[in-house]
Amino acid sequence: MVSLLDIIGPVMVGPSSSHTAGACRIGLLARGLVGGTFDRAHIELHGSFARTGEGHGTDKAIIGGLLGFRPDDDRLRTALDIAEKEGLTFSFEKTTISDDAHPNTVRITLDRAHRHHSLIGESIGAGRIRITEIDGYPTEINGSHHTIVLVAEDITGSIARIATLLADDGVNIATLRLSRQQRGGDAFMVIEVDEAPGEQVRDDLRKLPWVRWTHRLDKVSA
Amino acid sequence: MYRALADAIRDAEAQGKTLSQVALETESADQARPISEIRDALRRALIVMRGAVEQGVVGDLKSASGLVGGDAAKLMASSNGPLSNTLFRDVLARALAVQEVNAAMGVIVAAPTAGGAGVLPAVLTGIATARGIGEDALVSALATAGLIGAVVAERASLSGAEGGCQAETGAAAGMAAGAATEMLGGTPSQVGHAVALAQQATLGLICDPLGGLVELPCVFRNATGAAIAMAAIEMALAGVTFAIPADEVIDVMGEIGREMDVRYRETAGGGLAATPTGRRLARARLVQIKRSDA
Repeated sequence: MVSLLDIIGPVMVGPSSSHTAGACRIGLLARGLVGGTFDRAHIELHGSFARTGEGHGTDKAIIGGLLGFRPDDDRLRTALDIAEKEGLTFSFEKTTISDDAHPNTVRITLDRAHRHHSLIGESIGAGRIRITEIDGYPTEINGSHHTIVLVAEDITGSIARIATLLADDGVNIATLRLSRQQRGGDAFMVIEVDEAPGEQVRDDLRKLPWVRWTHRLDKVSA
Repeated sequence: MYRALADAIRDAEAQGKTLSQVALETESADQARPISEIRDALRRALIVMRGAVEQGVVGDLKSASGLVGGDAAKLMASSNGPLSNTLFRDVLARALAVQEVNAAMGVIVAAPTAGGAGVLPAVLTGIATARGIGEDALVSALATAGLIGAVVAERASLSGAEGGCQAETGAAAGMAAGAATEMLGGTPSQVGHAVALAQQATLGLICDPLGGLVELPCVFRNATGAAIAMAAIEMALAGVTFAIPADEVIDVMGEIGREMDVRYRETAGGGLAATPTGRRLARARLVQIKRSDA
């Protein structure tokens, strides 16, 4: 659903809503995959991101987002220097992600301590974004809600257990999508919630023995 | 939000409301937020827009390449042209101003995008200043502009990489034309005609920035986009109608965007970017960026 405030906004550092602000938002959202700032990041740029990204500061914006800077933060201009000074490792590669990928697509692969995760994000115009894949699972997340992502063994009653757990922690579910690659295979859940879930929610989810991993992805747009 | 401008116009007319009212009510229901909160967010956008206009008309900004900058001030100081010292000239200068700020990595409101960010503040604040129109009316106008932009996002695209410049400065011209038409007392149906009149004038407009950067021709396309919006407002308020409804003009814009060769969609592979001078300037520009990063 398109919001007026997506169209009249964001307030941002120039020069490009898709190549700068949208790129920053994909970085911000990806940050949640490793629960903070990366030790090592590999960023693959596709299409127009690859061809014109440098001049638009797409590289700076993605790294800035990964550092937790928002699109209107003027530290975006110097994000690469800041990351280097902090001793973080990052690399860029120009690539073709797939023939039918959106023109502004990026794959971000992050390492932080023992964690290793990746996502594919698209900047679809006016600063709006769409995450289409997390760790190989197809998904669709637009960053307009706080989102809980989890992979669990496909056991009977898993959704009911999770819904109850969230309700007990006072979290209201806006949408819930479930997919799995095969029957009895791992289930991939994307749960959009109204309020930012606390640490408690994540800890409680991780205590469930059949939950392989879970992430909290912050809301990054109106 | 609405997916068809015709539906919003029908609802507004049936309820005796303005399009900004129905847009705010719909947004409030969609997002479960009170209207006052949405108006406050739009008011904050307006403050940033005004700030960018003020910063840009001073004329001391340069983009990293020096390809653009200082032209807004030039226009404000000139008395040579047929439009000198008119509202129309002010609107053109304001559009240049905001884009010059954007190219210098300053803070702007992407409305609908950064590449098209000059048109809406130029037209709305230019007219409001000349006519003594207050802040509340400007905030309402931004809601109307948001409604129009949302319809374009749903039916076509707001991305130069998907739809060319018609989806950025073209959409901005449609948004500004409709919003200002309402601000000046136009009916919902006149707003629809203003959108159609502006959007039809930018059909097929390619996105061909030198080196892929939001500088040239983007800065100037914002000024000419604002001029198209002004023409559409003038005609719509005079009762001029456009026989093809705005929604259909927007659909066609989306269709043209999908058919548009990738060279013309923000890749710097065609158009002005691929001219001999365009290539030469872009090369010099990228060398300069690398140097300033070092």
